[in-house]
Amino acid sequence: MAILCLVFSSFTFMDASTPLIEQQDTPEGRRLSLLGAWTASSLTAKPVWDALAAQLKSLDGVANKGAHWNLAQIDKLDYLGAQLLWSHWGRAWPANIEIEPGPRAVLETVAGFPAATVKPYKYNWTALLGGLGNRLLSFFDHLKSLVRLIGQLLLDLIRLIRHPQEGPWRDLSGHLYQIGATALPITALVGFLIGVVLAYLISQQLRQFGADAFIVNILGISLIRELGPVLAAILIAGRSGSAITAQIGVMRVTEELDAMRVMGIATGFRLVMPRALALAVVMPLISVWTTIAALLGGMLAASAAMDVTPAFFINALPAAVEVSNLVLATAKSVVFGLLIALISCHYGLRVKPNTESLGQGTTASVVTSITVVILVDALFAVLFKNVGI
Amino acid sequence: MLENVVEIKKLWTVFHNGDKVSVVHKDLDLTVVRGEVLSLVGGSGSGKTELLRQILGLENPAKGSVTVLGKPASELGKRGAASRVGMLFQQGALFSAFTVLENIAFPLRELKVLPFELIRNAAMVKLQMVGLSADTADKMPSELSGGMIKRVALARALIMDPPLLLLDEPTAGLDPESSDSFCTLLRALHKDMGLTVVMVTHDLDTLFELSTRIAVLADQKIIINDVPKEVVAFPHPFIHEFFLGERGQRAMELLREYPFTV
Repeated sequence: MAILCLVFSSFTFMDASTPLIEQQDTPEGRRLSLLGAWTASSLTAKPVWDALAAQLKSLDGVANKGAHWNLAQIDKLDYLGAQLLWSHWGRAWPANIEIEPGPRAVLETVAGFPAATVKPYKYNWTALLGGLGNRLLSFFDHLKSLVRLIGQLLLDLIRLIRHPQEGPWRDLSGHLYQIGATALPITALVGFLIGVVLAYLISQQLRQFGADAFIVNILGISLIRELGPVLAAILIAGRSGSAITAQIGVMRVTEELDAMRVMGIATGFRLVMPRALALAVVMPLISVWTTIAALLGGMLAASAAMDVTPAFFINALPAAVEVSNLVLATAKSVVFGLLIALISCHYGLRVKPNTESLGQGTTASVVTSITVVILVDALFAVLFKNVGI
Repeated sequence: MLENVVEIKKLWTVFHNGDKVSVVHKDLDLTVVRGEVLSLVGGSGSGKTELLRQILGLENPAKGSVTVLGKPASELGKRGAASRVGMLFQQGALFSAFTVLENIAFPLRELKVLPFELIRNAAMVKLQMVGLSADTADKMPSELSGGMIKRVALARALIMDPPLLLLDEPTAGLDPESSDSFCTLLRALHKDMGLTVVMVTHDLDTLFELSTRIAVLADQKIIINDVPKEVVAFPHPFIHEFFLGERGQRAMELLREYPFTV
């Protein structure tokens, strides 16, 4: 009897439990003996699998059609091993097989279930058009519920004015602190650095024309009127907008929103309104704070880069920037604050009760609020182009 | 072959809450032998789930040792851990971004060794073994009922045929019918796959239906670890209240009707 062991690429990984197939050619035909543990833990070792897969592939040929499969000496066969064999056999029992009842039962279980069917992926051209339509519809859907949210906020504000003792005042004060006070360091830092960078850039250009003193005008107008409010709004949208969406979204996931509704507590009055009020109050304050920090940075950089002393800067500023600019900036900030709050609450309330939707909602909320802030800022710039300049 | 699947020796679990220190387990010993279905029973706050987490290696003991399958529990979480121990979490803990089949196949797929065709077929077999139909495969976890979530989570825990299965409140939140069929399923799988099972449960029906042994956690240690009949007869105020109260009496009927083969 010629014993013909198959050649293995490497013997280093092998021990008694390594799954392998021993091949013997007897006068009655080929005899394939399965040895070792055919289990998930040993099959998922990379070298073991590579060797076994190569061996199984080499056994695919016609010469092995009527081979005798000997599973009597197999150490252990679990469902993954059985699946491997069953797939190799083309989902049918081989003609000659020698097997103990234990492994046979495992194989029979695997054999009893139909194979996984893969649905072929079909490209659907109409889906492309449908997707576009869906997007448009969902845009209008968002717009509709945003308008509804604004209307609800108005009604809630009227209710608050009529019954001030019912208002969620503690909540409001908490939000004022969370959204406002704790944002002071980061907004000051960012504002200051932007002021420094701008002042250096501008001073390089102005020096060429000998128009050094105009740095007060340029910095004053751009920072007070535009950059201060927008910078603050973007920072708050990223910092507090995402937090609001996540808070309300988690409340949806944990059914807290439903619990509130069941108790007859209006989510608009209890959740949306205090956040909107807090942001409407906080936003102009943060905006002024950011502007001051930026002006300070600009002033210091100007005195370092050019002969514009801080004293001159402070004296020239009121003449260079009309007060109406500050009024416009403050009004703009209130609108930004309200929009950020409404958009964040809107996305928070739309979160579906699963983790993926929560993540998507938070991202969408931040992106939308920043975009809307910039859009509305452009709108303000066009509408008030004759004011204060 | 290794006889003691789980071996806990002189375990201390201590919680620090501010400057308050509470000792949950004190010199706790527990041994789980191959093939057993061991239920952990104890009052709320007695640290049953905590003990389960210790066995899984998710928490480190303050003192003492936890040995699982001959190795320290802290080494359990290495590559291919799914082939050593399966855990059924109380809420299922399915990945909500994946379909049912992807959830079940996940532990095998992440190893990046086997071809996907084989993995998909293996996952499909497990899906049907837990009593779900093939068309559940493409559903998302959010579309499933509570009982189905538990079944999918069980299929995922068993995808690599681990010898040890841990269950945290397997029938909590299920209606009596799904709870019964889940018990039947667990019993069948335990028999077919030769599993060793450790479970935490409050449900007396599940307890008597499945357990071959019951370990009672009280007074910061395991006060008794024996076959159900002996445990019920053990004199201790907690056991008296738990098993011989009104609810206990009702469930005990089960014990008399189907005497255990132990």
